[in-house]
Amino acid sequence: MDVDPDDVFRDEEDDPENDLYQERQSSKELVVFLVDASPKMFSITCPGEDEENTSHFHVAVSSVAQSIKVQIINRPYDEIAICFFNTKEKKNLQDLNGVYVFNVPEREQLGNLTARFIKEFDRVEESFSKVIGSEFGIVPGSRDNSLYNALWVAQALLRKGSAKTADKRILLLTNEDDPFGNIKGVTKLDMARTTLQRAKDAQDLGISIELLPLSSPNEEFNVSTFYADLIGLEGDELAQFMPLAGERFEDLNKQLRKRMFKKRRVRRIIFTVAGGLSIELNTYALIRPTVPGTITWLDSVTNLPLKAERSFICADTGSIIQEPPKRFQTYKNEDIKFAIEELSEIKKVSTGSLRLLGFKPLSCLKDYHNLKPSTFVFPSDEEVIGSTCIFIALHRSMIRLKRFAVAFFGSSSRPQLVGLVAQEEVTDGGGQIEPPGMHMIYLPYSDDIRPIEELHSDTSGMMPLANDEQIEKATALVKRVDLRDFSVCQFSNPALQSHYAVVQALALDEDEMPEIHDETLPDEEGMSRPGIAKAMEEFKICVYGESYDEEEEKAKGAKKRKTEEAAVSKAAYYDWSKLADDGKLKDLTVQELKSYLTANKLTVAGKKEVLITRILTHLGK
Amino acid sequence: MARNKEALILLIDVGPSMHSVLPEIQKVCSLLIQKKLVFNKYDEVGVVVFGTKDTDNDLMKEVGGYEHVTVLQPIKVVDGDLVDVTQQLPQGTLPGDFMDAIVVGMDMLIKKYQDTIKGKKRICLITNAMYPIKDPYEGTKEDQVYTIAEQMAAHGMKIDCIIYRGDQNRVPHNTTIEENDMLLSIFSKKTKAKAVHVESSTSLLGALRTRNLAPVTTFRGDLELSPTCKIKVWVYKKTSEEKFPTLKKYSDKAPSTDKFATHEIKLDYEYKSVQDPSKVVPPEQRIKGYRYGPQVIPISSAEFEAAKFKPEKGVKLLGFTNASNVMRHYYMKDVNIIIADPGNKKALLAVSALARAMKEMNKVGILRCVWRQGQANVVIGVLTPNVSDKDNIADSFYFNVLPFAEDVREFEFPSFSNLPKSLQPNKEQQEAADKLVMMMDLAPAGKEEALRPEFTPNPVLERFYHHLELKSKNPDAAVPPLDSTLKRITEPDHEVVSQNKLVIDEFCRNFEIKENPKLKKSARRLLRDQKSGSFEGQVGKIEDKLMDIVGSTSAVKVETIGELTAVQDFEAMISRRDSPEWVSKAIFGMKNKVLDLVENSYEGDNYPKALECLVALRKGCVIEQEPKQFNNFLRHIYRFCEEKDLKSFCELLASKDIMFITKTEAEDSDIAEKDARSLFVKAET
Repeated sequence: MDVDPDDVFRDEEDDPENDLYQERQSSKELVVFLVDASPKMFSITCPGEDEENTSHFHVAVSSVAQSIKVQIINRPYDEIAICFFNTKEKKNLQDLNGVYVFNVPEREQLGNLTARFIKEFDRVEESFSKVIGSEFGIVPGSRDNSLYNALWVAQALLRKGSAKTADKRILLLTNEDDPFGNIKGVTKLDMARTTLQRAKDAQDLGISIELLPLSSPNEEFNVSTFYADLIGLEGDELAQFMPLAGERFEDLNKQLRKRMFKKRRVRRIIFTVAGGLSIELNTYALIRPTVPGTITWLDSVTNLPLKAERSFICADTGSIIQEPPKRFQTYKNEDIKFAIEELSEIKKVSTGSLRLLGFKPLSCLKDYHNLKPSTFVFPSDEEVIGSTCIFIALHRSMIRLKRFAVAFFGSSSRPQLVGLVAQEEVTDGGGQIEPPGMHMIYLPYSDDIRPIEELHSDTSGMMPLANDEQIEKATALVKRVDLRDFSVCQFSNPALQSHYAVVQALALDEDEMPEIHDETLPDEEGMSRPGIAKAMEEFKICVYGESYDEEEEKAKGAKKRKTEEAAVSKAAYYDWSKLADDGKLKDLTVQELKSYLTANKLTVAGKKEVLITRILTHLGK
Repeated sequence: MARNKEALILLIDVGPSMHSVLPEIQKVCSLLIQKKLVFNKYDEVGVVVFGTKDTDNDLMKEVGGYEHVTVLQPIKVVDGDLVDVTQQLPQGTLPGDFMDAIVVGMDMLIKKYQDTIKGKKRICLITNAMYPIKDPYEGTKEDQVYTIAEQMAAHGMKIDCIIYRGDQNRVPHNTTIEENDMLLSIFSKKTKAKAVHVESSTSLLGALRTRNLAPVTTFRGDLELSPTCKIKVWVYKKTSEEKFPTLKKYSDKAPSTDKFATHEIKLDYEYKSVQDPSKVVPPEQRIKGYRYGPQVIPISSAEFEAAKFKPEKGVKLLGFTNASNVMRHYYMKDVNIIIADPGNKKALLAVSALARAMKEMNKVGILRCVWRQGQANVVIGVLTPNVSDKDNIADSFYFNVLPFAEDVREFEFPSFSNLPKSLQPNKEQQEAADKLVMMMDLAPAGKEEALRPEFTPNPVLERFYHHLELKSKNPDAAVPPLDSTLKRITEPDHEVVSQNKLVIDEFCRNFEIKENPKLKKSARRLLRDQKSGSFEGQVGKIEDKLMDIVGSTSAVKVETIGELTAVQDFEAMISRRDSPEWVSKAIFGMKNKVLDLVENSYEGDNYPKALECLVALRKGCVIEQEPKQFNNFLRHIYRFCEEKDLKSFCELLASKDIMFITKTEAEDSDIAEKDARSLFVKAET
C-alpha cells in the first residue's frame, strides 16, 4: 500500500490505533545555548577522540552542533538560539557587551532550526576569530559583566511563548568555574550577587538553567565555587552533580540528545486495588521503538507537498460511498455483519482502567511472557489524595516479598492481562538510572503462546544432553566472553542513524554520504584474544570433536554437490535456448527454473520474473 | 490449500464427574470449530464422547467391546453443524474408559486417511482420568498403552491430553489417578503428545489451542559465537499476538437480488496537490519527502537505496553478561525461541551445554541479529536459557529484543524516600500492604497457578466468536454478556476475595483516599479530558466547543460530573443559568454516571454512591420539572439491572424507596401518586 510505504521500519506488530504506543505531539521547547568563548576555552585542552588535544571551545561547539542536528530530527518544532559570551564583537538586541547571538539571515534569533542555520554553525569555528573574536569580558576595573549580560540576553530571547505551553531552558557551556576570580573585594561580591539575582529572576519566570561544565584532567571544574548557587544545587545534589570530567566529554553529545526528551505522561488511569479502593496512576512510555519521521509525499516535478485523499468504492457497483458503518466477516458462507458499536462493545470486557487480580512470585513471570514494550506507572495525588501512599506501600511489599501484581488492563484497543513489576530506584553518580515505580508488562494469552519446544520433541525417548565436561567448557567460555558493564540501550540504532545521516547530508548538501559506525557488530578483536580464543576452541573440541571444520565443510560440500548434480541432470532435460526463444520459460515452475540456475552456478534468489531474466541474461538473449 | 489440512478427533469425557465443566468444554470446542471455519475451512473434525449409556462406534460393531463410546460425529469438513454438535454434548451416565476412546479415535483416523496427511492427524482428549481403565485381555495396561502409542507414532498422529482436575477431585495418593497419569505420560515418550493438567474451568478454556498455526522459522543458519565457532540453529516465534480478526467493510450498494455480490469495499487513494486540490498527481510522479526542520527534503528511492544501511544476514554473539544487567521491563517485542537445528546432534549438544552453563551462572547472552538478507535494520537482544526438564524435549534459548539508545526516554521521577512523610506509608499501613501482597496469592503452594498466561483464554476473542455464532443464527443477536468463567480473567476471583476479606478490609481501613480539595474544578475537567474513551472526556470536548460559541470566559464553572464529587458537580451544573443546555447536560451526565457506577460495581461496592447520585438526580429533576427524564431513566436502569444480573441494585432501590416522580411533584409527569412504586411492586409479584 502506498499510504505508509516505508516498510523498512514498519512493524506489522505495531498497532496504529493504540495510542499508548505512539509518541504524542508534545509541547515545544525553547532552548538558548550559552557558549563561553573566553580565551580560556581556547587555551585549555583536553584529549580528544583521536588522542589529539582539542580545545574546550571545540568540544562545546561541536557538541552543540551535534545536538542541534539531532534535535532538528527529533523535535523540529523546538526553537533554538545560540549565544556566545566573552566575545570581542557584540550582536544582540540589547546591545550588551561581550555577547554575540549567532544567527543566519531570514531567521528569528530564537526560532526553528533550519538546514542553513546548522550548516553555517558547522563552520562557525573557521571564521570565529575573524568575525566574533574571543575576549574575556570580566576584568578588573571594568563594570562589564559578560556572564550577567549573557543571561540577560538569553532571558530576553526566551520572553516569547507562554511558560505554560513551552519548556524554556538555558544551557550554559563553560570551563570557568570562577567567573569572577579576577575581581577582588566588594566589586566581586556585587557582581556575583547581581548575576545570581539575574539567574534567579530568569528561574522565577519559568526558565530552567542547566550547566554543562567542561573540565580537564588536571583542573577539575569546581561547581561549588560559584555555579552551585546559580543553578540552585544543595546538599546531596551538589555532591552528586560534579561529573567525572573525562567521561563527561565523551558523553556530552549523547547527553545533550537525551535531555531533549520532555517528560510527559501518556494518560491518567484509575487502579482499583481492592474492596472498592481505587487510586490514581499516571502512565509513561519510557521505552518505545523510535522510527524515522513521517513521510510527506511530494510532487517530484514541483517538490510541493501532496495530500492523500481516500475514497471508498463499492466493489460491486463501483460507486463511491461514505465510510460505511458496518463491517462483516464471512462465516459459514454468509456475510455476518457487525456494527462498529457492537465491535467496541465486544471489546469492552472490563470496566475501569486497571483492576488488581492478585499477586504471584516473580518466578512465575517467564521470559516469554512478553508481547510489546512495557509501560511505566507512577502514582499521582493530583486528584485522589492518598494514591501515592498506597502505591508506595504496595511497591515496598512487592519488592520485599519478590512478587508482582497481576491486573487486568481494560484498554479499548486490546484489553489484556498485565503484570506490574515493582522497580526500585537505581542511581549512579547522581543520575537516576531506573526511576522508582512499576512497569506494566503486557502478558500473552494462551493462544498467543506457541508450543515450539514440543514441535521437534524426540519420539525415540532421549534428547542428547550435554555432559558435565561440555557444560564445564561452556561455563569457562561464558566466563571469558563477559560484557561486565553491559547496559541495555548502550547501542544506537545503525539503521536509524544512517537514515538521519542521509536526510541530513541531502539537506545540508554535503558531498559525501557519512559513514555510519555500526556499534552493534561484535568486537572481533576482543574475541580473538588468546584467552577467549582458547576457551572457544576448547568448547568446540569438547562438543564437536576435532573435526568440526572438516565436518562442516564436508556437510556443506556433500550437500552442495548433491544438489548440483541433481540440478545438472534435471536441467539437461530441457532445451533452454529453445524455450527462451519461444518465450516458454514462464511456463516452467520455479523449481525447474532454479535447476538451470543451480547447474550454472547462478544465484537462485528472487521472484519468478527475476529468475527468468537471469536465465535470459545468462543465455545471452 | 489442502496442504496444511488437519484432521482432528475430539475425544470428550462426558461421564457424571465431568458434568460440571461440560459447558466450558462445549465453549472451547465450538470455538475451535469456529476458528477453523474462519481460518482453516478445509480441516476435518470428528467428535467422540465416552461415558455414555449407549454405545455407537465401528469397532464395537466389528470386533465388539468398546462400550459406552459414542461417535457423535464422524470425521467431516468443518461446518455449522459441527459447531452445533460441540455445543450440545450429551451428559453421560457412566464413568468412561479413555483408552477405549483413544483406540476408537485412532481407528477412525486410520480408516479415513490410511497413511495420508502424515503429521496432520491429531487426537484431542479431554477427561479427568479419574476412573481405572479396563484390564487388557493380555499383558499389562502399560504394555497396551505402549502398543497404542507406537501405532500412533507409526501413523504420524499426535495426541493432546487435557486432564481436568477440579478442586473437589483432589484426593491425595489416589492410586487410580496416579496410574492413569503414568499411562498417559507414556504417550509423550513414544509419540508427539502433550498432556496438561488444569484445575479451574477458566484454565480449561485456555488449555486447548483453538487455532492451529503451522510454525514458520524466522531464521535458519549459524549462531556465531565467534567467526570460528558456530552453532546451527533455527529460530521461531515463541509468542505472537492473535489479533482481533480484521473485518471487511460492508457495502450495501449492491441490489439485494444480486446473489454474487461481494459487498466488499475497495479503498482508493489519490494524491492531490495541497495548493491546487483539483490537480491529481499520478503515483509515479510522487517522491518521498522527509522533514528536516521546517523543510521537507525530497529523497528518491534510488538515492535512498544507495545510501541505505544494509547489514549482512546473521546471528552473532556480542558476549555474555549477568542476568541482573538486563531488566525485565526492557523486553521490547514478542519473543523468539532459538533451538538447535533438529537434525544436527552436535548443535543440540552445543545449545544444551551453553544453556545449562548460562542457567547455572545466571548469565544471559547478548546477540545481534539480522534475520533475513536485505533486512534494513539490526536487532539487539537478550538470549536467555530455557533448560528443559523433559527427556524428549531439547534445551533451547529464548530471545527478547532490547531497545536501542534512541528508544529509551530518560524521565526523572522523584525518589520515594525523598517524598514528604505524609505521602509515605507508616508501619501499620506497610504491614497491611504486606499482608495484602502475601495473601492475595494467585499461585499458592500445592495448587494450580491461577491466570497462567499459558492457560488464559482471550476473553475478547471468545466473546467475538460467540457473538459471530449467535449472529449466524439470528442477525440481530445482541452482544452476549461475558460469562462467569471469563469474568475471572477481568475481575478479581470471588473466592480469592472472600477468603481474604479480613486482609482486604484491614487494608482499606488503614488507607484513606480523598479528592484533592485544592484542585480547581476547571483543572479537574482538563485532567479528565485527557482520559479518552470515557464519556466525561467526550462531553467535555463538546462543551469546550459550546463554550467557545457562547464566548463564556468563566473557567471555574463546573462542566462535567466528576469522579468523586458527582453530586456536587451535578447540582452546580444543573443550576447554571448561562445556557439552557446545562440542565439537559447535567441530567445526561448524571445518568451516565449512575449507569457507570452500577455497572462497574464489584459486589455492590459502588451501590451507595450510585444511590446517592440517583437521589440527587431525582431531586434535580423535580426542581427543573423534568419528571420524564427521571422516570424513563428509572425504568431503564431497572431493566438494565435485570438484564445484567444486577438485581441486588433494584432491591436496594426498592428498600430505599426510590420511586417515580409523580404528578403532584411535577406537572408533566404521567405517573399518578398511587403508581409511584409500581415498578418495584411488579418486580415482587
